[in-house]
Amino acid sequence: MTAYLHGFGRYLPERVVANSELAERLDRTGEWIESVSGIQERRWAAPETTVADMAVAAAEDCLRKAGVAANTLGMLIVASGSAARGFPGPAAEVAARLRLDSTPAIDLPMASAGSLFGLALAMQITGTKGDVLVVAAEKMSAIIDDDPNTAILFGDGAGAALVSARPGRWRMLDAALHTDGQYREDLAFDGTGPLRMNGLTVILQAARKIPSSITEVLGRQNISAQQVAVFLLHQANLNLLTRVAKSLGVAPEKVFANVQRYGNTSSASMLIAASEWSETNPEPGPVVFSAFGAGFHWGALVAVSGF
Amino acid sequence: MSDSSRGQRLRKLVQEIAGKPAPEDEQESLFESGLLDSFALPDLVSAIEKEFAIKVPDSDLNPRKFDSIARMDAYLAEHM
Repeated sequence: MTAYLHGFGRYLPERVVANSELAERLDRTGEWIESVSGIQERRWAAPETTVADMAVAAAEDCLRKAGVAANTLGMLIVASGSAARGFPGPAAEVAARLRLDSTPAIDLPMASAGSLFGLALAMQITGTKGDVLVVAAEKMSAIIDDDPNTAILFGDGAGAALVSARPGRWRMLDAALHTDGQYREDLAFDGTGPLRMNGLTVILQAARKIPSSITEVLGRQNISAQQVAVFLLHQANLNLLTRVAKSLGVAPEKVFANVQRYGNTSSASMLIAASEWSETNPEPGPVVFSAFGAGFHWGALVAVSGF
Repeated sequence: MSDSSRGQRLRKLVQEIAGKPAPEDEQESLFESGLLDSFALPDLVSAIEKEFAIKVPDSDLNPRKFDSIARMDAYLAEHM
């Protein structure tokens, strides 16, 4: 069964946190923050705003842009690594607030790569379940402390994508997903304390695994990296995005980047990027999604123009 | 004690990537000393693969193996 991407949506909190605001608190300079991350500012949600609040806003934006009513959805998938509650996860609340009272809604408690895994899952099941709304929402500001190595990186936000078996704008071709749990302690949030990250291991692994998963999925579809119109990646760090472009042998401009303005919004970032990119009258051609995150989970998905 | 030729080649690679002289002490952490940052590490591993014509498998992508010239030398001694 062929699956299609019909559209994207996003939500970003209003509050802009510039490097200058963090620099004083963290005893660093704004220039240092930008040099090590490419990030100039990020958005932080208000204290009372929840992961579900942001997920609902992105979901409604996506449904509006795709011209789909919530009550026609066959399934809802909500990815988040920063939800405040263990169970039920935010999917139940998001479903209720979309006025869905029997549509299955499942949580993917996966930071960073959750939206990619959600898209790949939706691609597989839309043929039997109908339209699937994939949402990823993160309130990373609530799970960081004053460790400069993490506090400078993260922002809050949500993204969404509608996947359907009905012909749409992008036809989903293939996905490659991987997990290696031996690194599960290198990037983790235990639900109480701040997230912990071994930056050296994360960067070393991500710098190799993102390009390799992209090459894997493109190779299976006989598409070269140079033929790809855009790479929509998890927005972890601008330096990492640039490195991925170099590894793939493509111009840095082929890798869409908005991490400068939003920071690393974990699982939400790839769909926020897709949402912004889709509104820029993008040139036709293959589109590659890719993410890497806590677990480690990583992979890539390729789609082509659908019509 | 490192193989002196291999150690010198490693020292040269570190210097090229860091843009600064490699430390005299082969045991010194290249990352804790601030000579290299996290984004230099993938470059360092790629440079080692090219220089010594080896492939470092993903399972060996552990920063501790590449933390100092001595550790890189030990890794190469084991895998070359």
